[in-house]
Formats: sequence, structure tokens, C-alpha cells
Amino acid sequence: MFDFNSYHKAKSVDEAIALLSQNPEAIPLAGGTDVLVRLHGHNKNYRHLVDIHDVAELKKVTMESDGTIVIGSGMTFTGLAHSPVVCENIPVLNEGGSSIGGPQVRNVATVGGNICNGAPSGDSASPLLVLNATVELKGPDGIRRLPLYDFYQGPGQVDRKAGEIMTCLRVAADDYRGWSAHYYKYAMRGAMDIATIGCGAACKVVDGKIAGLRLGFVVAGPTPLRCWRTEEKTIGMQADEELIDIVKNSVLGDLRPRDSWRAAKDFREQIIKTLAERVLREAIKRNIRNTEME
Amino acid sequence: MIRTISCTVNSKPVSWQIDVRMSLSEVLRTNGFTSVKEGCGVGECGACAVLLDGIAVDSCLYLAIWADGCNIRTSEGESKGGTLSEVQQAYLDNGSVQCGFCTPGLVMSSTEFVEKHRGEKVTRDQIRKEHAGHICRCTGYESIIRAVEQCMKPYEKGK
Ligand SMILES: Cc1cc2nc3c(=O)[nH]c(=O)nc-3n(C[C@H](O)[C@H](O)[C@H](O)COP(=O)(O)OP(=O)(O)OC[C@H]3O[C@@H](n4cnc5c(N)ncnc54)[C@H](O)[C@@H]3O)c2cc1C
Ligand code: FES
Repeated sequence: MFDFNSYHKAKSVDEAIALLSQNPEAIPLAGGTDVLVRLHGHNKNYRHLVDIHDVAELKKVTMESDGTIVIGSGMTFTGLAHSPVVCENIPVLNEGGSSIGGPQVRNVATVGGNICNGAPSGDSASPLLVLNATVELKGPDGIRRLPLYDFYQGPGQVDRKAGEIMTCLRVAADDYRGWSAHYYKYAMRGAMDIATIGCGAACKVVDGKIAGLRLGFVVAGPTPLRCWRTEEKTIGMQADEELIDIVKNSVLGDLRPRDSWRAAKDFREQIIKTLAERVLREAIKRNIRNTEME
Repeated sequence: MIRTISCTVNSKPVSWQIDVRMSLSEVLRTNGFTSVKEGCGVGECGACAVLLDGIAVDSCLYLAIWADGCNIRTSEGESKGGTLSEVQQAYLDNGSVQCGFCTPGLVMSSTEFVEKHRGEKVTRDQIRKEHAGHICRCTGYESIIRAVEQCMKPYEKGK
């Protein structure tokens, strides 16, 4: 039996917020693939659960009239892989999602849980960071939105306030139309493994020049990180070998990889440079191909 | 924290009193569905996999209460009147069973795979990827992949 003290099942977001507000110690339970693993013994952080597993309003992907893609936090990674909106417009999210665990995990694990868990290794984080995603939270005081980047506060820590539920992740049209992206997870095994380093890149090339470039890494710091300084440097540059060289030699300045039992710091640094080059090259290739096709 | 859940297990309707803290694997095993094995208990090995409305989940990492209203299939329900299912027979034909602990879970993932891809030409890589949530320490997986290939053969287009 899992070890928790109280359990309430919510049928709607509003009911979940009310239940969370009644008990400041309560936390949301979505797919449970992070939470339940920690409940085989006493865990003081997970005594009281508000179950949002079956809240239907969180399990959909829609596109608003201005092109904004709204990803319900309760979408499973299998659900995202089958979503036409995601496959056609932001396939990079599925490059991250399909690298998570194995099929049974992806059938249950949600994107909201992956982000709210706050792991420095969450495989949906890099794709969503390079898509400039915004987090939407609903709580007793209403709805608020903030950039995903700011939502991450530290290892295992996110800016979820008391009583709040993450309702969705939002990607604006300007952040994916005209852009191409790629995510690559470097891990020791081809499945059922946590990334040693994960790298996402998105770019927009206009007349051979970089009109926009974003790089997002996981397991390269205490939280998933963007490479702000490197990104800024590249604007207006020719999309050529020199650019790739500059990016490769600059990304480490934006990141803070460390030693862990999984890999040594210097090994991670080597992988970071290699992936920056490889993933960006692929993103540029895709963007040039996509614009030629239009 | 006692609740009642009603679901269908291997085509039979059941109604069970459960504690909300119980995993689906605990509930199934307590009720005699012991083909469901608990290996790791944390979603890593797939020994506990069952089909829930046709989709494979690790029942060790799934609250039993979430199965309320669902259609559950376990490995013991796959053989009918003493005849093995097509997937089970293919496992036998290909020597895909050695110690047998991972087999009930793998059989369910193979069953989902075969039903989902019926009529399609699938690659070995696809078979491997869609069975990646299972660990088998005996067979080296090759015989399992061959069993799935055997099941897919008669359904390939043009045959
Ligand atoms: C075997 C195995 C392999 C795995 N492999 C990977 C991997 O390769 N890559 C990877 O990134 N992850 C991996 N994971 C981790 C896990 O599957 C993901 O982090 C998953 O996406 C979490 O989602 P969930 O719905 O299961 O979350 P839960 O466990 O239900 O919740 C996780 C956290 O998020 C909070 N939360 C969930 N939903 C909301 C919401 N809507 N609003 C506010 N808070 C919320 C919960 O309170 C909790 O703190 C693996 C897990 C297992 C068991
Ligand atoms: S026992 Fe459930 S995955 Fe190992």
C-alpha cells in the first residue's frame, strides 16, 4: 500500500483548488509516476493528496484563434504523440516526450507533472523552453501566467503557490510559426533512462541569417536552462559553420553542469558542446528545408 | 479510506472494496489474478503490466481507484478454454519464455502491439521501442521480438 494520510478526488479544476486550499499540506496527484514512487514509505512531503487524474478539462490540446497552442497539463506523453496540433506545429515536444521512460510510463505520465515535479532532467522542459512556453496557473486568487523559465526556481522547486493547479502550457504563434526545432537526449540506455544531458534548439533563418535562436538544456544546471548570452550573440549572423563554432564554444558560459554518480562534470561539458553543435545543425537544416517547401 | 470500484476483468464484471492507498497490482493479485507480477514496484520493469481499456500500464504504479469503470485485461484472461492466445502461442513457439517472471507483462504489451498494428508492416525497431518498458534478464529479447514478428506476419498487407 502507498503511504499517505488523506485522499480527495477532484472532478474539476475549481474543486481541486478548493480542496488544496482547505489543506495547505495537500499536493496534486496527476499520473503519479513521480509521486507514487516516493510513497512506498513515509514521506513527509506527500501526506495529503488531491487527485486530479480524472479531471477531463486538463486533458486536451487546443489552438486559439490567434494560433496560440494550449497544452492541457493533464495530457499524457502518449496523448501528445497522438495530438495533430502538436505533431503538425510543435513536433519538438514529442521528440522530448517520446524519450521519457517506456511506453507504459508515457501512457500515464503527464506533461504538467513533468514540469511541476521540477526535476533538472525533465525531458519535456528543453522543448518547452525553446518554444518560449508560458505556464498558466489557477488558484484561489484567479489565473496567472509566467514564462516557463521563471517557473523553475531550483532543483525540485517550482513557483506553484498554495492552492494552485497548473492548468496549461501556452505556446504563442510567433514562437513556433517560421521556427524549426530539435531535441536530443543523451543517455546511457536507449529507453528507461534519465538524460545525462538533454539539448533542445530552435531557430528561425531568414535570407541565410539567424533571425532567432534558442537553446535549452537539461541536466546542465540546477534547473533546465536557456543559453541567453549565446543566443543574443547569434542574432543577425550568417547561419554557417562559423556560427556553429561560436555557439559550441560559448554555451558552457551559460550553463552549470556538475558531477553526479551518473556522469562527471568534464564529461557532461564534452557532451554539451557536442550536442549544441549537432542539435543546432539539425534545427537549421530543418528550418531551411521547411522554408524552401513553403 | 475504503471505496468500491466496479470494472471488467478479463470480460467478467467485478465489484471490489478497496483501500484508496492500494495499487492496481495489489488489488488484482489479492483477487487471484496472480499472473500480474510485482518486480520492482516503481514502474521500471513492466512485470506488472496490464491492459486498461486496451492500453498498457504498469499496475504497480497505478492507483486501483483509477481503474473504476475500466476494462482490464491480464495475461490469464488471454487463453480461452485452454487454448493459448495467438501471442502466447507465438511466445511458446519462439522460446520467448525462460524463467517466466517477465512474461505475463510482456505478453500484454505484445498483445496491445499486435492489435494496434494489425495490417501494418512494422519494423523491428518499432517492436523494440514499443516493448522498451519491460526488462527480461534471460532471453536477450531476440526471441520475444521474433514472437511478435510471427504474430504480425499473417496480417501484413497483400497477404
Ligand atoms: C520508470 C520511470 C521512468 C521515467 N523516465 C523519465 C524520463 O526518461 N524522463 C523524464 O523526464 N521523466 C521520467 N520519469 C518521471 C515522470 O514520468 C515524469 O516526471 C512525469 O511526467 C510526471 O508526471 P505525472 O503526471 O506522473 O506526475 P505526478 O507524479 O502525479 O506529479 C509530479 C509532481 O507534479 C505535481 N503536479 C502534477 N500535476 C500538476 C498540476 N496540474 N498542477 C500542479 N502541480 C502538479 C505533483 O504535485 C507532484 O509534485 C520516469 C518515471 C518513471 C516511474
Ligand atoms: S513491478 Fe511494476 S514496473 Fe516493475
